[in-house]
Amino acid sequence: MMLLETKGLTRIYGGLRAVDTVDYTLAKGEIHALIGPNGAGKSTFVGMVSGRIPASEGEVWFDGENVTALPAHARIQRGMAYTFQITAIYARLSLFDNVALALGQRDKAKVRAALDRVGLANRMEQIAGDLAYGHQRLLEIAMGVAQTPRLLILDEPTQGLAESEIEEFNTLIRELAGDTTILLIEHNMSVVMALADEITVLETGKILARGTPAEIHANADVQNAYLGTG
Amino acid sequence: MSLDTRSVTLHLGLIAALIVLGFVLPTYHQGNLARILVLATYAVGYNVLFGYTGLLSLGHAMFFAAGMYGCGLAMHLGGVTVIPALVIGLICAAALSAVVALLALRTIGVAFMIVTLMFAQSVYLTALYLGEWTGGDEGFVIAQASRQIAGYALTDPLTRYYAALSLFAIALLITARMMQMSFGRVLIGVRENEERTRMLGYDVFRHKLAAVVISGTIAGAAGAGYAVLFGYVGATFASVQYSIFPLLWVLLGGMGTTIGPLVGVAFMFYLIDYASGITNAYMLIAGAVLVLLTLFARAGIVGEIRNRWAPWLP
Amino acid sequence: MLAILEGAVGASVLALTALGLSLVFGVMRVVNVAHGEFFMLGAVVAWFVSTSIAGHPAIGFLAALAIAPLIAGAVAVLVDRLILKNVAYDPEATIVGTIGVLYILQQSALMIYGPEARPVEPPFSHRIALPWLEWGENGLAFFYPWGLSITSYKLFVIAAAISILLAFWLILSRTRLGLIMRATQMDRETALAFGIPVQRVYSIVFGLGAALAALAAVLIVPIQQAHYLMGHDPLLLSFIVVIIGGLGSVRGTIFAALLIGMSDGVISVFLSPTLSKILATLLVALVLVFRPQGLYGKKMA
Repeated sequence: MMLLETKGLTRIYGGLRAVDTVDYTLAKGEIHALIGPNGAGKSTFVGMVSGRIPASEGEVWFDGENVTALPAHARIQRGMAYTFQITAIYARLSLFDNVALALGQRDKAKVRAALDRVGLANRMEQIAGDLAYGHQRLLEIAMGVAQTPRLLILDEPTQGLAESEIEEFNTLIRELAGDTTILLIEHNMSVVMALADEITVLETGKILARGTPAEIHANADVQNAYLGTG
Repeated sequence: MSLDTRSVTLHLGLIAALIVLGFVLPTYHQGNLARILVLATYAVGYNVLFGYTGLLSLGHAMFFAAGMYGCGLAMHLGGVTVIPALVIGLICAAALSAVVALLALRTIGVAFMIVTLMFAQSVYLTALYLGEWTGGDEGFVIAQASRQIAGYALTDPLTRYYAALSLFAIALLITARMMQMSFGRVLIGVRENEERTRMLGYDVFRHKLAAVVISGTIAGAAGAGYAVLFGYVGATFASVQYSIFPLLWVLLGGMGTTIGPLVGVAFMFYLIDYASGITNAYMLIAGAVLVLLTLFARAGIVGEIRNRWAPWLP
Repeated sequence: MLAILEGAVGASVLALTALGLSLVFGVMRVVNVAHGEFFMLGAVVAWFVSTSIAGHPAIGFLAALAIAPLIAGAVAVLVDRLILKNVAYDPEATIVGTIGVLYILQQSALMIYGPEARPVEPPFSHRIALPWLEWGENGLAFFYPWGLSITSYKLFVIAAAISILLAFWLILSRTRLGLIMRATQMDRETALAFGIPVQRVYSIVFGLGAALAALAAVLIVPIQQAHYLMGHDPLLLSFIVVIIGGLGSVRGTIFAALLIGMSDGVISVFLSPTLSKILATLLVALVLVFRPQGLYGKKMA
């Protein structure tokens, strides 16, 4: 059963095809990594999936429903969650308020539980903007997880995290796997190799290759295009 | 829990203090304070949109005026009694704010400010244009005899004071409660980071729409209250100046604080009252205060207190 | 014909005023709500200058033409340095701040100049009657009806406004200052990187915008009168013009000023002035809602 499917999904910026007729499927329960060089169209692609960026052409299907015409908030309500590449928390509000907004309710125990998953439960009353950068990233992830989405889209979640925090992040994602389908944009190849069931490589807006981590690792095209240049 | 208790204590304590003040104050200040409370209700309404949702309207006078004219004309021309007239005023303000919101919310930032300014300007000009009914610039006076509820004459200073206080208390408690509920927190979310709020699955447009209508309706309630309590309706209340006032009050008192609007209105009222005794150019004070606030105290009086000493202030 | 000439007087003054507002918005991306008060300042200074200089009214007028824009410009530069710079040109804070400036200027004028409206004597004023053709007893004949006349001063206003606009266009397109202004308008960061003193450019632009409004006011004050509340209408009309012409577009602004100024004279023949104002403000609101790039301008990036 496919949770997410795109058909001919395309985004044109002033003549440039940032994402070019991408046909893509994501099975329920899978952890899928999207990799590729900068400017390959990864963020634009997940932007169109989540509805932040309108598609120029093509369709997005979520859980058997064509959601192409739906605005972002309606897609989120149907069970997507999205964490931003550039940290987008409510910097002037407390961690409690941040997570409560993600949960949609102000139940203290539930907020604490959600923060506990990223080890921030003891900072509930702090102002989010006062957190260290790595902790802000973790809060962002906690907000995504708190929504108990069916599809969690993570745009470069480990950027700026310390080694130990990355370890905790990997553990968290593995815990979620099974219930939550995860679409992950990631530059850190060790995270990708450790987590992903499957990998799609995007280059200049097109799918270059798709396969298991081992297959991708062995793929000569991918090595030329991406892994080789590191 | 303690946070909520403190905020309940603050609001109920404030209202209790105002009830006591009604008995203690001399008639002159009783009249002043009644006026301050009605204008503070207007500011409370403005604060819902500007302080909590982060939308800066330069046209709220049109909602105040919609309530005022709706109520005032119903009494003056239609011979309607006070309570139904107030309801008519509220409906007028709610309807106008819904229409304006549907159009103006298609814009953001500076364009939103100018669109609201222009809509308010056309409402003001319409009030002048329909001078046959509205009395234009001169306005009209509502007959003293009709200004009474269940036999209580609203022309009596003490009755008027308590009527004004009731209006303010209702607006204050509704907004204070609203801001503790999920709905209010989402409005704050829209103010702080609109894109994030949308990507948490909230329909940002509908929340903004609701904020404009609630804000406009409270402003209209203040306008209707003003007409009933002070018996005068005039186009001045629809002018640009009356759109700038709530911005000034809320900035001064503290945007996004529940008691800031009252503090701002009271402060400004007595400042202008004092200044107008010295010079006829008393609006100079308003200008200077606006500039100083912009430069030095963006958080306003209550906002600065919250930042420095009392972070729990709602 | 006469309505058109009268309209052209209004349009040329409006074009100058609106150009000032448009310039400030175009380069600095801020809205100067006190713009109308700089207009008022120009008119009031013109009154002070022309009444304090004895002799032929033309001398006083010429002096006012030089002094009023300078004073308005200087005040504007002060506002820029003291307020706008300190709020880092944040668009909303600038609006709130300039609302404050609006009241400060307006109320200061009330204190110093007083609540009266006072006329300024025009430097010259000859009544020029326009010829009219009509079939009379002797066939086609010229005659000079009383209603169809215009003063030479009004024609001068039109000519002066056109020359100022032309001069301005030359500055903008041919001089180094114009180039620097356009560069700053396009991209503040890059301009900074290229060593353009953006802060100084902003002060100059803000002062220039105010000076244009003051200049327009000096031109119109012999026809209207100087009054401390006179800034309101020019501000509103300039808003309308700048928005309809496309925010920040100079050509659009001038085009819209002509359109609004001319149609103001013509429409008011059919509709009451209040009703035409209502329609104009509603039109502006709807243009902003549905066509934010203006009727004339291109879509902004």
